[in-house]
Amino acid sequence: MDRSAASPLRRLFRLLVTVWPGALWLFVFMVVPAFFMLVASFLQRGPHGTLVGPLTLANYLRFFGLTETGFDPLYLLILARSVFFALVVTLLTLLLGYPLAFAIAQSRHKEALLLLVVLPFWTNFLIRIYAWIVIFQKKGVVNAFLGMFGLEPLALYPSWFAVYTATVYTYLPFLVLPVYTAVERVDWTLHEAAQDLGAGRFRSFLHAVWPQTLPGVVAGVLLVFIPALGTFVISDLLGAGRVILIGNVIQQQFGVVRDWAFGSAAAYVLMGLVLLGLWLYARRAGEEGLDRLV
Amino acid sequence: MRLLLRIHTLLVLVFLYLPIAVIVVLSFNQSRFGVQWRGFTTAWYEKLFHNPRIALYAENTLVVALVSTLIATVLGTLLALGLYRYRFRGKGLLRFLLYVPVVIPDIVMGVALLLFFAWIREATGFFRLSLLTIILGHVTYQLAYVALVVRSRLASLDPALEEAAADLGAGGFATFRYVTFPLIWPGVLAGALLAFSLSLDDFVITFFTAGPGSTTLPLYIFGSVKRGVTPEIHALSSILIAASMAGVLLGRALLRRR
Repeated sequence: MDRSAASPLRRLFRLLVTVWPGALWLFVFMVVPAFFMLVASFLQRGPHGTLVGPLTLANYLRFFGLTETGFDPLYLLILARSVFFALVVTLLTLLLGYPLAFAIAQSRHKEALLLLVVLPFWTNFLIRIYAWIVIFQKKGVVNAFLGMFGLEPLALYPSWFAVYTATVYTYLPFLVLPVYTAVERVDWTLHEAAQDLGAGRFRSFLHAVWPQTLPGVVAGVLLVFIPALGTFVISDLLGAGRVILIGNVIQQQFGVVRDWAFGSAAAYVLMGLVLLGLWLYARRAGEEGLDRLV
Repeated sequence: MRLLLRIHTLLVLVFLYLPIAVIVVLSFNQSRFGVQWRGFTTAWYEKLFHNPRIALYAENTLVVALVSTLIATVLGTLLALGLYRYRFRGKGLLRFLLYVPVVIPDIVMGVALLLFFAWIREATGFFRLSLLTIILGHVTYQLAYVALVVRSRLASLDPALEEAAADLGAGGFATFRYVTFPLIWPGVLAGALLAFSLSLDDFVITFFTAGPGSTTLPLYIFGSVKRGVTPEIHALSSILIAASMAGVLLGRALLRRR
């Protein structure tokens, strides 16, 4: 739909009023800050937390464990721990969310059920995290419940268990929605055909239904994995200092530690990991696949 | 199998609503500490309404959400329209850039903006951390969401309608005003509603771009929770839960009518 017949001046004017303002905004407030942060990641922390030259690779070397005093894998371990954490969270949301998507699609009250699943997600993120503190704290709901049966209270907060629970809780709808969309489009005649040909229920599901839902699953997995990998709020509030993920490292460097150079390098490592994953995904799924992430 | 699926659904729904129910119930509990039920009270709500700081934080939150949504909706809609209609250099790059705020962890965007504002401030004195810097940050990701939502609406449009308008002598602006815009309006509205609720909900970007005197409700809740759990926060949370649920239902009704 390109009206190429228009004069160059008119073309320029049209772009100027449509594309330019938004593009300029993204350039100034996204591309330029990303570039600034890239520069910062090659600088050093000066006195009072300022950034000083000369350019150096020291921040990245330190992140990957190569310090002047020898090999110290502190941050590498935190990164590995964060990846492991995000993987487990993704697996748990998949176990909860995949059957749920089928249940919604096959329900007679589809719309209502979908709304019920999404509604908690629209309440403020912090409130949902906070609620889990109230449930898990020493004199919280779980321990009050155990107390009614004369059972000993559990130390559930702060803990990894609490962080896992709240993270799965927070990102579950991100997985359910794309999987549900895929389930809605499943061609069930393939499933029937497989059963007619003598495949058992499990085998016909595995070969006729699961592959059809795979695009939705992959989109959902990315939508859970990426924010879980980058979280710092959930681990900060429910781990209360005992759970340190890569997001917490970045936040501390920009907060109390005030080493913006190292913090920038850590942020770039996280971003690099995410972009690598997305690039691999986009290569297979294309722009249509990227649209599934919105 | 059917039964198992039903039980699973029921359990997940309990998991989803238990935390919300706990907060709402406890906000009416007389006990200041712990979760033992000591009788019904609305005292925490009254205390909340007499706290002038809460009103200020609520106002800050709403100002940020309204202003940023307005800017992002206009810019995002125009951007989507330009991407749909015209061919130009750098179009592929721009399309890629639109996905970045959607998929990148928000902490990365937050610290990049913090660094950017700090550097500009040092050089020019502009961008003191305030409501303005929060708004600038919010628009940046909202803009991408609005553009993507409007674009998907444009993609479902029948190009013949615009061509017919042009054939009948309508200029570019008239075509937009009387044909394109009424058709994509539900998409624009959906994008704006999404942007608005994203802004209300945002903690991370706000956390890194807020300065003294620009506290929003999520920042206040975060600070309070770090100091400990209190019934006032239960009450504030309950109000926000009710407001957001009402907002979602209203938004759905609004979109359905179109």
